[in-house]
Amino acid sequence: MAEKITDETIDYVGILAKLKLSPSEREDAKADMQKMLDYIDKLNELDTSGIEPMSHVFPVKNVFREDVVTNGDAREQMLANAPEQRDGQYQVPKTVE
Amino acid sequence: MDLMKLTAVQLSEKIRAGEVRAAEAVEAALAAIEAQEKRIHAFITVDRDGAMKAAERVQKRIDAGELKGPLAGVPIAVKDNICTKGLKTTCASKILYNFVPTYNAEVIENLEKAGMIVIGKTNMDEFAMGSTTETSFFGVTKNPRNPEHVPGGSSGGSCAAVGAGEVLCALGSDTGGSIRQPSSFCGVTGLKPTYGAVSRYGLIAYGSSLDQIGPVANDVTDCAALLSVIASHDPKDSTSVELEDYDFMGALREDVSGLRVGIPNEYFGEGLDPEVKSRVLHAAEVLKSCGAQVEHFDLGMLEYAIPAYYVIASAEASSNLERFDGVKYGYRAEDFEGLHDMYKQTRSQGFGPEVKRRIMLGSFVLSSGYYDAYYLKALRTKALIKKSFDDAFAKYDVILAPAAPTAAPRLGESLSDPLAMYLGDIYTVSVNLAGLPGISVPCGSTSAGLPVGVQILADCFKEKTILRAAYTLEQALGKEAQHGEGI
Repeated sequence: MAEKITDETIDYVGILAKLKLSPSEREDAKADMQKMLDYIDKLNELDTSGIEPMSHVFPVKNVFREDVVTNGDAREQMLANAPEQRDGQYQVPKTVE
Repeated sequence: MDLMKLTAVQLSEKIRAGEVRAAEAVEAALAAIEAQEKRIHAFITVDRDGAMKAAERVQKRIDAGELKGPLAGVPIAVKDNICTKGLKTTCASKILYNFVPTYNAEVIENLEKAGMIVIGKTNMDEFAMGSTTETSFFGVTKNPRNPEHVPGGSSGGSCAAVGAGEVLCALGSDTGGSIRQPSSFCGVTGLKPTYGAVSRYGLIAYGSSLDQIGPVANDVTDCAALLSVIASHDPKDSTSVELEDYDFMGALREDVSGLRVGIPNEYFGEGLDPEVKSRVLHAAEVLKSCGAQVEHFDLGMLEYAIPAYYVIASAEASSNLERFDGVKYGYRAEDFEGLHDMYKQTRSQGFGPEVKRRIMLGSFVLSSGYYDAYYLKALRTKALIKKSFDDAFAKYDVILAPAAPTAAPRLGESLSDPLAMYLGDIYTVSVNLAGLPGISVPCGSTSAGLPVGVQILADCFKEKTILRAAYTLEQALGKEAQHGEGI
């Protein structure tokens, strides 16, 4: 059996994921995650000792290019997407008293 | 002449020959969209004015003899997770409901260079997370063959739009089967290229190590032509790979003599619908009668693909979707107390249940104390899956398999049990984990009249082998249908 998903786990994951769950969402999340982790436990059948974790399927190396600006100034258009803006900047709630 | 009955390559020939104006092609597509949208709802945005203006620009370049490519003048639909400058791009999510990109994805630049005309943005599962196009904030898309069934997903809008004849071709994206499975369900042809063959610049990321953009069309020739347009080496995507050549249409030959075709035994076991099984095995027989050497073999690792995939994809999703916080674009919650609560409220109201589920699972498997047990374990499993394919491709040129265990399910039947829905991805996800190319080609229908697709897979960068096998199969099945044999 996988790790038991407790209320504390869900609270912790909620903080990491920046999500606020309603009481019913919480219960659903607990059950869903438990079910998935029990299923994912299947991977423990596999002996992976000595196997390197594979991030990329091809051998990758650092890709370098000259640091030259090629795009234009799209400040106005970018700000137009912001829910709130002021004086050419993104506006957020006050964070420092 | 009904322009929407042509293939994309045929339509472009007529446009370049001066028989049809680019604007007429756009008008024909708009009329088809008008006629079909009530029934299937494949689009989130239809860009009528933008497409008509683009048609004028393209026509000038054609008249000036500047555009000679095989798809010049053809209207195309684009999945709504691919950024289009000045045209709303939502990922089918409330959190991006009003987002207007300030730049084009590299594939959109490539479409424009080739003289193709973006006509609209297609519906999808929210952030490409789902297998039915039912998790979209903008409502479900329906299967063009039978609107009581789902079109599959997540590129359900793109595949339904092609299947319904609203457009002749479209772009989708495939993270765990999201082009191949809906192509199978909608009776169209869709290809997932090798990881790195097509630039991901401007594709809103879900699982970055798995995502690839690919073509959807009515036949293999159109898919090959569209792949030639979109594949490119792009310095803006550090995982982009330069290919030896980009002429995929040259691979369209009716010739599979001596081609070694492997059929993995595990893909035909428990859970596979008997009707799907018989259509796919019939496709194998057809290839054999065309001269291929067909053999059954044990591929291994199939049962570990889904758990490994959901760990890796969810982990990457949880990281990629951090950026949606109500500050720079999209939705922001109305009521909150302070900055941190604004993030939380915005994300909780802006994301749908499936997206939240995957972000939470991803956050968990990456968290301290669980990272080794889940995330690294999944990456080690991925290495073993890749090895099983390496071993297979030492013996076979292509692998033939079903695209999905069943034909399209009915609307509303899939979302109640997420794990059961994930299991439907069993035949597609390992391809993404191993970075391989794969195509789904129609190979008949069930007795209920729902389409079935067969997947053809090959080793990395062997798109041409796939296209040759798929083209041969398509031609042979076409002749068989003409003679009223088989299916």
